[in-house]
Amino acid sequence: MTDLVERDVAAVTPSPASSPGPSSAPKSRLRSEAFARRLRARHAAERRFRLAGAAAVALAALILLLLLGSIVAKGASAFWEARIRLEVTLDPAEVADRNYTAALRRALYAQFPQVTDRAGKRVLNDLLSSGAPYELEAMVAKNPALAGTTQTVWVRADDQIDQLVKGAYRRDLPETERGLSDAKVAAADALLASGALAQSFNTTLFTAGDSREPEQAGIGGAIIGSLLTLLVTMALSVPVGIAAAVYLEEFAPKNRWTDLIEVNINNLAAVPSIIFGLLGLAVFLGFFGMPRSAPLVGGLVMALMTLPVIIISARVALKAVPPSIRQAALGIGASPLQTVLHHVLPLAMPGILTGTIIGMARALGETAPLLMIGMVAFIVDIPRGLTDSATVLPVQIYMWADSPERAFTERTSAAILILLGVLILLNGAAVILRKIFERRW
Amino acid sequence: MQLTLLALTLALLTVIGFLIGRSRASSSVGGRVAELHSVPAYHGVYVALWAGLPALLLFVAWTASEGWLVLQLVLSALPERLATGDGQSVALLKADILNLARGIATGREPDPLVMEAARRYTAFRDLADWSLLAVGASLAVAGLAWGSHRIGPDLRARPVVERVVRVALVLCSLVAILTTVGIVLSLLFEALRFFSVVSPLDFLFGTHWSPQMAMRADQVGSSGSFGAIPLFAGTLLITVVAMLVAVPVGLMAAIYMSEYAGRGVRTWLKPALEILAGIPTVVYGFFAALTMAPFVRSVGEALGLDVSSESALAAGIVMGVMIIPFVSSLSDDVINAVPQSLRDGSYGLGATKSETIKQVVLPAALPGIVAAVMLAVSRAIGETMIVTMASGLTANLTANPLQAVTTVTTQIATLLVGDQEFDSPKTLSAFGLGLVLFLVTLCLNMVALRVVRTYREKYD
Repeated sequence: MTDLVERDVAAVTPSPASSPGPSSAPKSRLRSEAFARRLRARHAAERRFRLAGAAAVALAALILLLLLGSIVAKGASAFWEARIRLEVTLDPAEVADRNYTAALRRALYAQFPQVTDRAGKRVLNDLLSSGAPYELEAMVAKNPALAGTTQTVWVRADDQIDQLVKGAYRRDLPETERGLSDAKVAAADALLASGALAQSFNTTLFTAGDSREPEQAGIGGAIIGSLLTLLVTMALSVPVGIAAAVYLEEFAPKNRWTDLIEVNINNLAAVPSIIFGLLGLAVFLGFFGMPRSAPLVGGLVMALMTLPVIIISARVALKAVPPSIRQAALGIGASPLQTVLHHVLPLAMPGILTGTIIGMARALGETAPLLMIGMVAFIVDIPRGLTDSATVLPVQIYMWADSPERAFTERTSAAILILLGVLILLNGAAVILRKIFERRW
Repeated sequence: MQLTLLALTLALLTVIGFLIGRSRASSSVGGRVAELHSVPAYHGVYVALWAGLPALLLFVAWTASEGWLVLQLVLSALPERLATGDGQSVALLKADILNLARGIATGREPDPLVMEAARRYTAFRDLADWSLLAVGASLAVAGLAWGSHRIGPDLRARPVVERVVRVALVLCSLVAILTTVGIVLSLLFEALRFFSVVSPLDFLFGTHWSPQMAMRADQVGSSGSFGAIPLFAGTLLITVVAMLVAVPVGLMAAIYMSEYAGRGVRTWLKPALEILAGIPTVVYGFFAALTMAPFVRSVGEALGLDVSSESALAAGIVMGVMIIPFVSSLSDDVINAVPQSLRDGSYGLGATKSETIKQVVLPAALPGIVAAVMLAVSRAIGETMIVTMASGLTANLTANPLQAVTTVTTQIATLLVGDQEFDSPKTLSAFGLGLVLFLVTLCLNMVALRVVRTYREKYD
């Protein structure tokens, strides 16, 4: 490249002395070596700049992958849980007493005939989840005829055993560094070898409420809480938001008042979400005396928070409907309200729907304002109504993230995966809706 | 229960009203609908409004005042000894009655008189609910009868209905104003209560933050101090780190996407950035606390640095990542708004693409980009979950991003989580912080939004 330019310069450019014509001077400057160098530098700068842009995009994509990858790596195993197979003999007397622990322990000791001392038995007891008796109780409650029989059951293992099976503890480390005693590892290995300890699909994660024991904790309660909260949010913010957008876009006179409302809505959309939590705490809980931790209050706060988003997107959608539609409707005698309700609003509906879905996705992922109104409490029961104490999925994630147990880290990641899955579905639906109904006028 | 019943009754009567109104309208002109002033459906809505609206208004007014009225009734029936006293003991008494009425144990052996009051409270509420049901339902039936009585060929149903709808629309658009007013009033009111205990100057310029208050007067060493400077400094530090990540990356990504990337790349990149923008902040917080913080710490240790496990750097980096899509989509809009003629002029003079971007497009877009950065700063200041999960709780006054700092939002969240009494300076201080946060972000947003607006008008 360099050679070529220089040769060209030599071949084409006459020496300045022989032809001092005015037209050749700029030409020679363009072909000079200094110019060629400058041009190369400029092109290099161009490439560097372009590369920097691509690097920025690649960095963002890389971080996204890293984030998703780390969460998948941590959370994928939570969709399985370790269970232990036991031959349980249900003594009728014990069933009447609702004492299932003894039956479980007998069945477990039977698999380890060599263990006779108390310490050894205690190790065995710790293999089972403290919730295992309740599983048995639920089974017998469903079928009382089981009392007095011997049944093969798979009961939940303790979270440490669960983590051992999933490979979270390293067997080659000494006991003190591993955090799990050799005796337990040996017992679990014996069960593994006999096929009495195995992993199965983790339904607890989806159905159970919160618990202090990781193996009994699930996001069932949080999902119901999220649904209830979202229901309230949707019931309030969608109609009010659309109505406000219709008024501002179609009916409002352009004056100082409507200007104020407009500026106000734009600002409200950028107010930190935690401020809405403070509002909910002071007004809904403090002033109106509504119950703490209730999906009703959470939904109200979220509705106020998503309202500006919905209003703004609905206004954009309404603005996109061409004036000719309105003029045609008015021209054949429709009233302004009929024009809007019968013609403009239906045409703007896909856009409004897209904005609404995005607003709802945002409400679904929001955490901070709900901490303020007490939805962060430890709630075992699955909520049944709008005024029951409840928590929501993001807050459940926040609470679990604080727990030191490995098993909770794993379940937190799984909960995040489920939350992200729902959000991506929602956003994807919004994108597809936009694609399908996109209309150029 | 009664309320659900009332709601169902009202809904049913409204539907019936609509049907009656519509059929009466067309039968009043013998099926020749053209003789009506308004189309039959408007007559239907007219009757439905008469049936539903007065009862609904009654319902709202009643439920808003019922609890208070009944409580006053119960309190006035109590003997002097209990009901009089300073504000606090009356408030306690009210809370006791309410809790007992709801069947929540108060933890104290309740006074038989209070028990009796709670029983009366429940009975009165029950009575009030039933009478609301009766009054509401009869009001709805009366409205329905009156509305359908008025139907005739000359009834101007449409203007009436449209006026009501118009009023409803205006009310809906006022909700946004009411929200702002509610935010300002609640923050101001609670913050003033806080500032009556702690001087605003101490709060804004004090350098020591430890919001523990003495539970008893004789307790040692925990008088509580509310100097918020360390919180402001911590917030600023994390925000600066976040901006150092978000602005260059976000801006370069926006430039690449709007100026260089082809259609194919764009169709993939935009959704990817939207996903990044749609990830809940609690997920970023988890990532910051469990992945980024240990990573930063181990890198720092490998370099021989002393890094806190809750370093401002880790929280700041993750917050920056969170803000990248925000910055890039805002700047993308701004860059796209620069008219093509400016670029063409620059190309015509022989500039390369990057020279055009750096010397023509970016200067032209600068106000908008500055506004985007301001909005991003406001977002970073107000972000709660990442800092709550990944930054510290102790207030350090330091400019070293490797140490743990705490932020305004972290303190608000931790001060108000859990069951604390609502009146202590400790909880009230959260509202003081909230007020500062609200004012700062409001100023940033106002200025930024104004810049964006004037900027748009300039190139439109």
